[in-house]
Parts: sequence; C-alpha cells; structure tokens
Amino acid sequence: MTKKILIADDEQNIVISLEFLMKREGFAVCIANDGQEALDKVRSESPDLVLLDVMMPRKNGYEVCQEIRADAGLQDTRILMLTAKGRETEVTKGLAMGADAYMTKPFSTRELVAKVKSLLDIPA
Amino acid sequence: MTGTTIVAVSFLYLLLLFGVAYLGDKRADAGRSLIANPTIYALSLAVYCTTWTYYGSVGRAASSGLGFVPIFLGPTLAVALWWFVMLKMVRIAKTHRITSIADFIASRYGKSHLLGGLVTVIAVLGVLPYIALQLKAVSNSFTILSNYPAIVMPAKVGAGSWLTDTALYVALIMAAFTILFGTRHLDATERHEGMVAAVAFESLVKLLIVLAVGIYVTFGLYDGFADIFSQAAERDDLRRLMEMGAGGNGYGSWFSMTLLSMLAVMFLPRQFQVAVVENVNENHLRRAIWQFPLYLLLINIFVLPIALGGLMTFAGQDVDADTFVLTLPMAQGQGWLALLVFIGGLSAATGMVIVETIALSTMVCNDLVMPVLLRFRGRSLLGREDLSGVLLGIRRGAIILILLLGYLYFRVAGEAHALVSIGLISFAAVAQFAPAMIGGIYWRGGTRPGALAGLAGGFGVWLYTLLLPSFAKSGWLPEAFLQDGLFGLEVLRPQELFGVVGLDPIAHSLFWSLSVNICAYLCVSLWRRPNAVEAGQAMLFVDVFRQSRPGGGDFWRGSARVGDLLPLIGRFIGRDRARHAFADYARMRGVAGVEALQADAGLVHFAETTLAGAIGAASARVMVASVVKEEPLGLDEVMNILDEASQVRAYSKQVEQKSLELEAATRELRSANDRLKELDRLKDDFMSSVTHELRTPLTSIRAFSEMLLEDPKIDLEERKRFLGIIVSETERLTRLVNQVLDMAKIDSGHAEWQTGEVDLIQVVEQAAASTSQLFKDKGVALELALPAQVPTLLADRDRLVQVVLNLLSNAVKFVARDTGAVWVTLSQVADGLRVDVRDNGPGLTAEEQLVVFEKFRQGGNTMTDKPQGTGLGLPISRQIVEHYGGRLWVESRAGEGATFSFLMPCGKSTEANAQAG
Repeated sequence: MTKKILIADDEQNIVISLEFLMKREGFAVCIANDGQEALDKVRSESPDLVLLDVMMPRKNGYEVCQEIRADAGLQDTRILMLTAKGRETEVTKGLAMGADAYMTKPFSTRELVAKVKSLLDIPA
Repeated sequence: MTGTTIVAVSFLYLLLLFGVAYLGDKRADAGRSLIANPTIYALSLAVYCTTWTYYGSVGRAASSGLGFVPIFLGPTLAVALWWFVMLKMVRIAKTHRITSIADFIASRYGKSHLLGGLVTVIAVLGVLPYIALQLKAVSNSFTILSNYPAIVMPAKVGAGSWLTDTALYVALIMAAFTILFGTRHLDATERHEGMVAAVAFESLVKLLIVLAVGIYVTFGLYDGFADIFSQAAERDDLRRLMEMGAGGNGYGSWFSMTLLSMLAVMFLPRQFQVAVVENVNENHLRRAIWQFPLYLLLINIFVLPIALGGLMTFAGQDVDADTFVLTLPMAQGQGWLALLVFIGGLSAATGMVIVETIALSTMVCNDLVMPVLLRFRGRSLLGREDLSGVLLGIRRGAIILILLLGYLYFRVAGEAHALVSIGLISFAAVAQFAPAMIGGIYWRGGTRPGALAGLAGGFGVWLYTLLLPSFAKSGWLPEAFLQDGLFGLEVLRPQELFGVVGLDPIAHSLFWSLSVNICAYLCVSLWRRPNAVEAGQAMLFVDVFRQSRPGGGDFWRGSARVGDLLPLIGRFIGRDRARHAFADYARMRGVAGVEALQADAGLVHFAETTLAGAIGAASARVMVASVVKEEPLGLDEVMNILDEASQVRAYSKQVEQKSLELEAATRELRSANDRLKELDRLKDDFMSSVTHELRTPLTSIRAFSEMLLEDPKIDLEERKRFLGIIVSETERLTRLVNQVLDMAKIDSGHAEWQTGEVDLIQVVEQAAASTSQLFKDKGVALELALPAQVPTLLADRDRLVQVVLNLLSNAVKFVARDTGAVWVTLSQVADGLRVDVRDNGPGLTAEEQLVVFEKFRQGGNTMTDKPQGTGLGLPISRQIVEHYGGRLWVESRAGEGATFSFLMPCGKSTEANAQAG
C-alpha cells in the first residue's frame, strides 16, 4: 500500500523539490504551506509521515508537532522535522516536542529518503 | 566626764568602724561585695559632710543665717549633672585604671609626670587646711567634753606644749587608722571596699546623731520649729539671721559659694576617690543622684533651729557657735547625748581624714615620689624582686606626713579662721582642677602646656589671694602685706587684686584664680596643636562612650615579651597577683595560658593599665617602656587612627554615601550588563536569522542539484524549471550576502559613503525605471508626482536609489496583481525633501508597523506566494536615511494600503552628518 507523506513548508521551492523527490520514491504526497494548514491536512489526509518545517507562518513546527502528539487519533503519524536553524537547542526542542527524527537544512536527498523509509519501516 | 571615758568610747567606736571595714574587705575577697549597693554608694558620697558640716554649719548659720545653704545647694545642683559628667569620669577612670585625680589629669594630657606632680602639690597644699580643720574640731570637742559639766571654751591653740596637745595625738591616731584601713595591701585596682563600707557606716552614724540633737533641741527644749522661730523673731539680733543676705552675704557671695561647692563635690580628692575610683557600678549613680541631695537636706534640716537655740541659750556667754551642737546638750545636763555628739564628730572627722589621706597618699606615691625614684634610682629599683613593700612604705610615710603637716597648719593658722572659712580655702584650691578636668573630657584641643599653665596660674593666684592672707591673719606673715600689697603696691593687695573690691575674700580669690586658670588653659592650649600622645589620650577621654572596648592599644606599636612584662608587673603588685591578672587576661582573650599570650599592643596596654593601678599612669608608662621596644607613632598616624576611630559618625556617614555610590554603580553596571546581554542576544538572533536565511535557498539548490545529478531521465521541461529555481535561489543568496555585509558595514560604521550633490528627482526617476519591468509583469500602475526642481542634497546617490528601489519593490510585492497601484510623491517641506510611496495593498496592522523595520522581518505572513525578500531591505534603508539625518517611517491602516515615507534634510547639517559618517 502506498504510503502518504505530508510536506509542510512555506518555502515554495523547497516544497517543489521535496514533492518531486517523494513522488519519485513512490509516495503519495500532499502539501501544506503553513502550520495551521499542516495540522488540518494531518487530520483530513491522515498521512503516514509529515516532513515538518519549523519556521512557518500561523503555527510553527513545534506547535504542530505538539498538537499531533496530543491527539490520540494521530499516534501513528511519523514526524520528521526539517530545520534551517541547526542549533542544538532547536534539535533537542523538536525531539522533546515529539518528533521522531530531525534533519537540518540543507539536507542530502539520499539521506532524507533513507530516513523517511526507515521511519516507515520500508526496506531501503 | 573624764578624758579616759571619752578616749575609751572613742576607741571602741573606731574599732567598730574597723570591724565594718574588715567585714567589707572579707566580703569583697569572697566575691560577695558589701558595697555593691547604690544606697551604700550614696552614703559613702556623704563623706562630703565633715566636722565642717557637723559643727561648722551651725556656726555659720549663727553668724550669717542662711549663709550655710550654698555649701549644700552647690552639690545638689552639681549632682543633677552627674549622669553626664560623673558617668563620663567614672567610665574613663575604669577604662584606664585611674587611681586619683592627679592620675586622671596627668593621663589625659599625655601621661605627664610634671602635671601629675603639680596636681598632687595643689591637692596636698589645698587640702591641708581642711585636714587641720578636722583635727581642730576633734581636739576642741574633746577638750570641751572633758570639762563636762562645766562649759569651757578650749584654750588658744599653741598655748600648751606640743606634747600635751590633744590635736597631735588625734593626728597620730588617725594616721594609724588610715594606714590600717587603706594600705594593708596593695591592690591593682586601688579600690578599698572595706574603707567604703566604713565610710558609709560613719555617714549613717553622723546623720542619726545630728538628727537626734536636732530633735532634742527643737522638740525637747522648744515646742517645734514654729516655737523656735517665733521666739527668735522677737529678738532683733536674731531676726535678721532669718532673712536673705544676712551677715553681708549678698547674691554674689551666694553665687560664688554655690559654684565653689559644686566644683568641690566633684574635685576634692576624697570625693573623686569615693565617687569615681571606688565606684563599682555605673548604675549606682542613678540612685545617688537623688539620695545624696536627700542626705544633705536631712543633715541640714536642724541647723537653723540649733543655731537659734544656741544663740538664745548662751546669750551673753562666751560660747563659740561652732560648738553649739555639743554645748547645747551639755548645758541641759545631757552628758550621754553630748558624748554621742562627740562620737558623731569624731566619726565625721575620721571618715574625711581616712579617705582624704588615702587619696592624697596615693597621689603623693604615684605622682610625686615614684617619678622621682624612677628617675634617680630606677636601675637599683628595678633590680629588686618585690617592690610592693616599697610602695606600701611610701604610702604609709605619706599618710603620716600629710597628717603631721595638717597638724602643723592647725598650729600655725588654725586660730585665725572659723571652721567654715578654712573649708572654703580648700574648696577654692581644688576648684583649680575644674578647667583641666572638664576641658579634658569634653575638649580635644586641651594640651599639656595648657593644663600646666592653667593649674599653675590658678594655684598661684589662690596662694596669693587666699592662703598667704590666711597666714597673715594668724600673724605668721606681717599684717602690712594685706593692707599695702606686695612690694607696697596697692594694686597687688591680695584681697583687692587690681582694685576689685566689694567681694568677700573667697569670692574674690575664686574670681581671679579661675579667670587666670581658664584663660591660661585655653590660650596656651590653642597656642599649638596637640601632639601625637595628647591627641591620642584626648580621643580616649573625650570619646570614651564611643569606644566599644577599653582603648589604648590602638596607639601603641612595638615589640615586647611576656617574659619581660610579667616579672615587671610582679615586682610592683606581687608575683602571685601579677600571674593571676595575666591568667585572667589570657582567659578573656581565649588563650590557653599565660605562656601562650601574644605580646601584642593589647597585652602591653593591659600590662600598663594594671601597673597604672598600682603606681599611676605616668610611672606605669615609663616602667613598661623600659622593657618593651616602642616605635613612636607620629602625629599623622595618631590622627589617622583618630579619623578611623573617633569620628565614627562622620565615617559611617561616609560609608553610607560610599555604599549609595556603590549601589548606583552596581545599578549602572547591571543595566549596562543587561544592555550587553540584550545586544549579545540580538547578535545571536541575527546570526541565527542569517543562518536560517542562508540555509533556506541552499536547501532548494542542493535538493534540485542532487536530483538532477542522480536522475538524468528527468524530462526537459522539469529540468528547465528546476535549473531556473536553482538560478533564482542563487541570486537570492547573493543578494542576501551583499545585504548582510552592507548591514554589518553600516552598523559598525565602516561603510563607504560616496557623498556628493544629489538631485532627488533623478534618484526617484532612476529607481522607477529600474523597477518598471516588475510593475509591468504584475500589471501594477506606477504614478510619479515630481516637482520641476528641488534643491540638491549632499548624500550618496546610489544608496538613495537603493532606498527608493527598496520601497518600490516592497510596494509592488504586496499590492494585488493587475488592480494594484503605487503612487510616488516628491515634495519640498519646511525641514527638507520628502518622498512618499503609497500603495493600495493590504496595509499593515499596528503590530506589523512596529516590527517592520526589524531585521529579517518579512511581511506577508498570510501569503502563500512568499516574496523573495531578505528581510533586510527596510532596516538598511532606514539606516541610510538616518545616516544623513533624515527619517523613514510608515503610515498605514490595515486594509487601506500603506505609505512609506522618508524625509531628507537639506542644508549644512547634511554635510556635517555625512562627514561624521
């Protein structure tokens, strides 16, 4: 069964690149451009994994992450946080908020794909 | 009544007194002091009332009515001040182990032997008449009583041979008792508890006997006060006694008598002894302040009735009024009451003589003999193992000598004066101590030469105006001396000095001696600054209440050894006592034993004060100095210590001020630190933002590049699109890097400004031309409203273009596609040129307006089509405008578009600012 991935980022070019990458790997993709939209899409589309940017308008990545983890119906949703702020505190904070993994931007596409597959228990 | 009976009873009474003293000493040794009682202290002060009071008050009342009152009014007034003055003297004496008034004055003015010696001489010479008076009273009353029932006045003094003179034996017996009471052993504290107990006892005895006689006369012979006074009032010669100013006692005389006795009650050696040296508890002063005046009132309450009764009883007979207390009971056949009166008189005399001679012998020993011995025989003296025997010997000798001198005065001058007059001569002598004493404890400026000059001058005048005339009147000096003055100069008449007439001899002498004394003390003291030692002692005395611990150690620096100090002290006060004292000191300092004591300034000071208790401050200083190596302190150093220690209040005020300054400095530091922290946080945020802004385009570039590299099969359309993104993101990166550098340069003041003549019309037109393609692409209208001509500005042209360009591109970014419009207006206003860039976009909320000029703030949060901004455009623009002294601001209401405006000043300020940049 095809796994569905939600891409949540306010940078259009990053969204385009991630969309292309994920589709190429055979995932179904849906998109959100800000935090609130991301939360809505998680509920409406029930993606298996969210590629979650931190710095987003309306709701930042941490808040989205926290709300997903607080929702009992969304426990299976994997969260991979992408952050352009590489500081240790931000990484720690993301994991503390309930993210399953994090990657700093810019990331290696190969590593990103591997990380997504491992989170979804798909053999590489 | 036989002489044997009287002598037997007298000895019994003296033995009783001695018993009381012995008990007092025993109790003191056992630690259960008999005199640790304020009433005992107040009673011991009543040693003030001697035979002079006992017999003499009646005599004075008989001749001058109320003239006896000032002698007791003075002390009553003086006592009111004791809580300040006497308390201070007591505290000082305790702190420095002062043993006498000579010690006190010598110590205050730099531990001077000379001063101590002078005070001793004055005290001895001044008090001798007073002692003579006691001898005279006892011997006279003995003679009178031994003739009972006949009433015979004693023969003229000197009529009989020396060996048959009762007074001589009285003197010798008193000397023996004084030695027994006061010098049985040498005490480091120089306190005599047994003696004080005995004195308090005898004060009680003499009071009760006077009251008994008074009651007998007033209520036995007469029908109470009213009866005596009304009977006396019927006689012309007695009526005037009951009026003020009787017997030539004007107000001037009252004033001088009151002043004299005020000073005497504090500075008579025996009063100083009981009030200061023997004081065991400062709080005893509180009760003495009312009990002592009460005692004086009681002992004087029957003076006038006895005087009047005597005058009426012995009218026309040759009976001396000074003897009325004794002769009235005798005339009525009351032999036993008369014997009691004699005992009371003996009691008053004994108390006075014992305390006075003990005080004087201490002074003679410590301030006269010891200094001489130390100077001339110091070496051989120090060689002796135990000197306490020598000290006791000196004191005993001094006691005998003083009493014999008193007897001599009695033989020479005793007949010339009534009892009261002799007493007043002594009062006037000790009054000379007042300036040096009072000045010494309240004025820091007093110096040793000042005190010497004051005492010597005052004493000289006293000698000339009071003592010598008393000799002259007794025929010992030619009478002409009084009439014609020294060298026949009338101006120098002893009792009318410089033509001052109309005062009685005592008031006259007091006036001149105190005037000379005070003037000399003040003038000579002011003549030069106090030296180091004087200043140090002045501080210790004047500021005694401000010192938390017994002072003295502060003013000493040097080196010493316990092994030297202990034997030295031991030689004077006995080895065991010295060891005991050192052990106590060690315990107080929390040291294991005498051997562990540090020979520091504190120990040297302790040794010196301990020794001072035995031989006086001045001698103690010399002795201690002989075994320690002292490095003298300079005046500057002492003044430094004074600044630190004595001016505590000024100092603490300074400290307070310093701490306020410190607080202010701390506050400033804290706020500076907060500002720095804020700046640091801002820098941190800035770096974080820059990093974020750099990583975002890099993310796209890397992702697309990797995908293109890995997957050659991507179709051409996609490939083109991706490469386009990569190019634009690269441009974005370049722009960002440039702006960040620009920003940093402007921030740090390192930016290069190409300042020149700028026409703002051209600037706006150039910016509009540069952005025209952007407007066309988005279908947004751009309208320019420019005047024909404006004054040129001095500025960097390219940077101003950058500002307008930034405002235009911002505007076009936010307005709606096709319907958007942007208006640019250039206008000349009062303070410069103004450019407005108005759009019909969504506008800015109040919050957005506040943050829009912050770095990396990008507008359009809600827009999905995120503008390609760096978030640095507006901050940089504002910095450029402000660099030339202008302003950049925004006016907007949400939903109604926004107007970004800037104002550039024209004129010289522009240039100035440009150069400053």
